[in-house]
Amino acid sequence: MPRQGSQNSSTGRRTGTRPGGKKNKRTKLLPDRVERFEIRISGAGGQGIISTGMLLGEAIALGDGRNVSQSQAYGPEARGGATRADLIISDGDIFFPECHEPDLLVAFTTEAYEKHAPSVKPDGLIIADESAVDIVMGNARTVKVPFIKLAEKEFGHPIVANIIALGFLATYTGIVSEKSIREAVEDRFAGTKYLDMNLKALEAGFKLGKEYAKKYPL
Amino acid sequence: MPLNRFTKDGHPIKFVQGNEAVVWGAIHAGCRFFAGYPITPSTEIAEGMARELPKVGGVFIQMEDEIGSIAAIIGASAAGAKAMTATSGPGFSLMQENIGYAYMTQLPIVIVDVQRGGPSTGLPTKLSQGDTMQARWGTHGDYTAVALAASSVQEAYEATIRAFNLACKLSTPVIVLLDELIGHMREKLVLKKPEEIHEEPRSFPTVPPEWYLPYDIPSDFIAHPSPFGEGYRYSITGLTHDRAGFPTSISAEITERLEALREKIVVHKQEIWDWKEYYTGDARILIVAYGSAARAARGAVEHLRRKRFKAGFLELKSIWPFPDGPLLSAAKHAKYVFVAENCMGQLIHPVKEALAGTHIRVVSVTRYDGHPLEPAQIVHAIKEEI
Repeated sequence: MPRQGSQNSSTGRRTGTRPGGKKNKRTKLLPDRVERFEIRISGAGGQGIISTGMLLGEAIALGDGRNVSQSQAYGPEARGGATRADLIISDGDIFFPECHEPDLLVAFTTEAYEKHAPSVKPDGLIIADESAVDIVMGNARTVKVPFIKLAEKEFGHPIVANIIALGFLATYTGIVSEKSIREAVEDRFAGTKYLDMNLKALEAGFKLGKEYAKKYPL
Repeated sequence: MPLNRFTKDGHPIKFVQGNEAVVWGAIHAGCRFFAGYPITPSTEIAEGMARELPKVGGVFIQMEDEIGSIAAIIGASAAGAKAMTATSGPGFSLMQENIGYAYMTQLPIVIVDVQRGGPSTGLPTKLSQGDTMQARWGTHGDYTAVALAASSVQEAYEATIRAFNLACKLSTPVIVLLDELIGHMREKLVLKKPEEIHEEPRSFPTVPPEWYLPYDIPSDFIAHPSPFGEGYRYSITGLTHDRAGFPTSISAEITERLEALREKIVVHKQEIWDWKEYYTGDARILIVAYGSAARAARGAVEHLRRKRFKAGFLELKSIWPFPDGPLLSAAKHAKYVFVAENCMGQLIHPVKEALAGTHIRVVSVTRYDGHPLEPAQIVHAIKEEI
């Protein structure tokens, strides 16, 4: 995991090497070969949490050619209620398709952040909507990103916050290639009036991720 | 629509849910009629069939409820179509009476039950394997069930194809038991090419109509009622019937009918049985599981082998008729058999029955809070016991 010399001034919590961590020159969050890498996307019903997991899984599995299982948990409500999508990436068989200790958490609500942040591996990474973080929690680094604010400001609706987040994940964490995630989003919205807006949201996410990569390098 | 990719040898690959895999399996097996009523966690099957069936000239109907749904597919089957419905616990309960009707009238249908937490409305969005016994005993009367299972998206596709072939071959309802985890999880699915799929045809009579006995009892016990509209007139009834299909109250005809219905499944059980074995050759500890519990069991057995335990795993890909032959063979060296289930313990009963003549200790490992069993829980239960 990347851990050296990084700082997230938006939380002001971590500086330099992480406690007890050894120096590690790896620059990729997701190594080329991995026994088990866990990603949890979490938020509320109606925020597109499961769609985000699905698009990310599709891009990593079909575009980047890795072995992925994606499962989900949600309540009986159509809107609201805690929702999550789990992705497990492995070069071997994936027996248990849910996260034990996520390597990467993406949280869109305070409830999701506070519930799942403590379970993230200490050398993992948390990417949270800035509105979700009241008090920084857990042992992993939290990166606060204004996905929802940007979606409302640039696109007039919070619904594309998850697509901005997908773009952000590609350029900031490298867990998925820009090409694959763009293809997955294109494929998903092909032939609908939402294609253009979603591709623009994705590009906005790519841009934001690159800015963060400079400001808060992993 | 999901992204389309291909393997090196030209097989389409998709990243889809188990429920969508069922849709592709059904379409590829020749299913051309689907009637259903949406229910979580099976709804994606109905959605997929509604989308895909018209493209291949098939028919999709959303019915008023689950009783209507299974009645409609039995009607479609009587008219010669390969037909399917999909549901979950509460809907599966409503279908039980007509499962017996399809069994009695020997009309092939496929019922997919994506199990969720019960009883009653229970946990609509959470997994369970609590319908294991309902699949076996749900309908009334002396009935012999055929039920298949799957523990991955790929297997859900293959089990569905198999279900249609077995239904058509045996002229009987076949149940595919999935659960919420397998139905909703997404994994890679490699589709078969059309030339690689064996499609068991519906049988047509070869005798002239005036000689035709729709419910004759041949040496393999399987009757193949002719699809309506082919010129063969006969009666279809849920009443116990004679070889011509008319109700009977003659003792010899009643016992002959009930025995033939059972025997056609019993004599073909080795064709129905499907299973996978892991490290069973020298296993002193054997885990038995199906569906989502099988994923945890795989993880547990890999862990135990790394720790030098002589552990093995028997994954059941068909549940009914219960594969006692494969179990006895896999448990040959076993001192303990652990039955891992996402319910309060149902599969353990046929396991105990099959091992009744042995000294093997049979232990239940269960979880029934709507969450999948974890490999660590099975490992822990084994270490506690031995």
